[in-house]
Amino acid sequence: MLCMQNISKVYRTDSVETHALREFSLTVDEGEFVSVTGPSGSGKTTFLNIAGLLEEFSNGRYELDGKDVSRLSDKERSRVRNEKIGFIFQSFNLIPELDIFDNVDVPLRYRGMKAAERKKRIERVVEIVGLASRLHHLPSQLSGGQQQRVAIARALAGEPRFLLADEPTGNLDSGMAASVMELLTGINRSGTTIIMVTHEAALARRASRNISVRDGRVSSGNPVHLAPAATA
Amino acid sequence: MFRYYVKLALLSIRKNPILSALMVAAIAIGIGACMTIVNIDYVMGGNPIPHRSDVLYHVQLDSWDPISPAREPNEPPDQVTYLDGTALLKAAKGRRQVLSYRAGRVLQPPDPDIRPFEVMARTPTADFFPMFDVPFLYGQGWDKAADDNQERVVVLGKEVNEQVFGGENSVGRTIALNGETFRVTGVIDRWEPIPRFYDVSNNPFDEVEDLFFPFSVAIDNELGNSGNTNCWKPSDGGWEAFLNSECVWMQFWVELHGENEKQEYMAFLDAYVESQRELGRFPRPLNNRLYDVTEWMENQEVVADDVQVLLGLAVLFLIVCLLNTIGLLLAKIMRRSGDISLRRALGASRSTVFLQYIVEAGLIGLTGGVFGVALTWLGLKGIEVLYGQFDFIGNLVRMDWLMILTAVILAIISALGAALYPTWRACRIHPASQLKSL
Repeated sequence: MLCMQNISKVYRTDSVETHALREFSLTVDEGEFVSVTGPSGSGKTTFLNIAGLLEEFSNGRYELDGKDVSRLSDKERSRVRNEKIGFIFQSFNLIPELDIFDNVDVPLRYRGMKAAERKKRIERVVEIVGLASRLHHLPSQLSGGQQQRVAIARALAGEPRFLLADEPTGNLDSGMAASVMELLTGINRSGTTIIMVTHEAALARRASRNISVRDGRVSSGNPVHLAPAATA
Repeated sequence: MFRYYVKLALLSIRKNPILSALMVAAIAIGIGACMTIVNIDYVMGGNPIPHRSDVLYHVQLDSWDPISPAREPNEPPDQVTYLDGTALLKAAKGRRQVLSYRAGRVLQPPDPDIRPFEVMARTPTADFFPMFDVPFLYGQGWDKAADDNQERVVVLGKEVNEQVFGGENSVGRTIALNGETFRVTGVIDRWEPIPRFYDVSNNPFDEVEDLFFPFSVAIDNELGNSGNTNCWKPSDGGWEAFLNSECVWMQFWVELHGENEKQEYMAFLDAYVESQRELGRFPRPLNNRLYDVTEWMENQEVVADDVQVLLGLAVLFLIVCLLNTIGLLLAKIMRRSGDISLRRALGASRSTVFLQYIVEAGLIGLTGGVFGVALTWLGLKGIEVLYGQFDFIGNLVRMDWLMILTAVILAIISALGAALYPTWRACRIHPASQLKSL
């Protein structure tokens, strides 16, 4: 489903070259829940941005759903982001002046979906995250955990092939974090592929596979999913 | 999606009310200042009789001083002499022709309770009314026989008719002008050609005269001109001598259809001048002119140069206001870079972001335009108050629907123009760059 081969990312200024990723290779199969850990500055977020087509890379090859995405135009990249990828950010990234309904509606608007279909989807995903009664509340009227649930609902509304979560529990207390993780695990069980960047080893262990990144490379964990050996 | 963009624009305006208000104010002030001057320029330079301006020709004959032209560099006099005017009238080579001048009179109403008052009269020949398509409220003008027979007939302006007859149909009733009785043949409806093209020698922005009576009657009454009279050599004393002098004081217009008729008429004028040379007149080289209405307005520079200078300054002021708007819009968009990054991450393409912010700029422009129209109205009122001592100023400080629409469209276009750079910057915001700053 996601296949990165020897991806490099170099940030250049007038005097400095920073190698954020060096020959980074990773394959993620459909339905996997992969956690990515590593110290600050190791390249986790750069990897996630490249995986989500938010950033371009310097070298290497990246295939998403079997399609090379390295040479897509801005419009094509936007469409892939909109249709195939759901994003969950550490700081929720809800639009403060829009209510919950309208926040979840944002990616659906860019898909040009009819109003009735949008409404149906929004109500369904908000129900999934347990906030059906808060549909017309503003983000500021919700707790942190609830805001992250809205962000998850927004990510799910477009029915993406996979979710990219960047420290989804980083701004939450342990109770809320557990509930958000519970929600993500449930979403993965229902078939959605998840790649989650996290600092916390305990959360990483809840994924089906853990990748550790250091100095822009996969330092441990298996960059390729190994299917369990068949039993006689 | 357009409705969605409008909704986002309204939310954005509500989120940054002060910044938005400053942008609206910058556009409104720029539009207000610019449109105040544009409006005056438009009124001054407008075509006062668009449906007939290409068949009405103003006649100039160079009967002037052999030593120097009437107007540099080599312009013939703007008006004609009595001798030439009446000769052209008598020749009747055009489809219609009109000779006229203006004169002051005292009107004595039939109602003794209404005190006599001064009026400004125009003394045209009969073709004046059909040639210039003068609208009538009651009755009509007079015919050529009335001209020939020096009939004491009069056409009243709407205001005078209201003053004297309470606005009733006064056709057939009589008034006295300087003690002489005139029978009313018609009452003109509201008629305000701006500029008053048929006589620009006397302030082109003056109002149409209060009433009209035949040229032949005015001459018979030895009625002097209340407008410009220019002579290049002295006239002997007395009315007859004045009529036979080289003084120019009348306007002559002819109706011609098509280039052929114009050329034939020009040939007639040239032949007429040659025939007059044999009588010792027209010492200057042949220099006759035929201008249609718009050419005549340009020739007479009806739109003053200082208005053009003001117009340039007003446009510069609008540009300064728009530069301010660019700065404000840039500040606003940069403050929203987190929002833009997020929308880009969720699937908005660059063009989508561009459209979103262009719609917002258009909405700000529209609001600025509406306020700009109000400021334009205030500007025109200010000019009216400032120059209220001039009677004609009321004719210049009007605003029609076309100008209102122009103001609003100009405001929107200006706002969209000002938004191009900030919106382009918005499109360049990288989807990943600001996600942690929202």
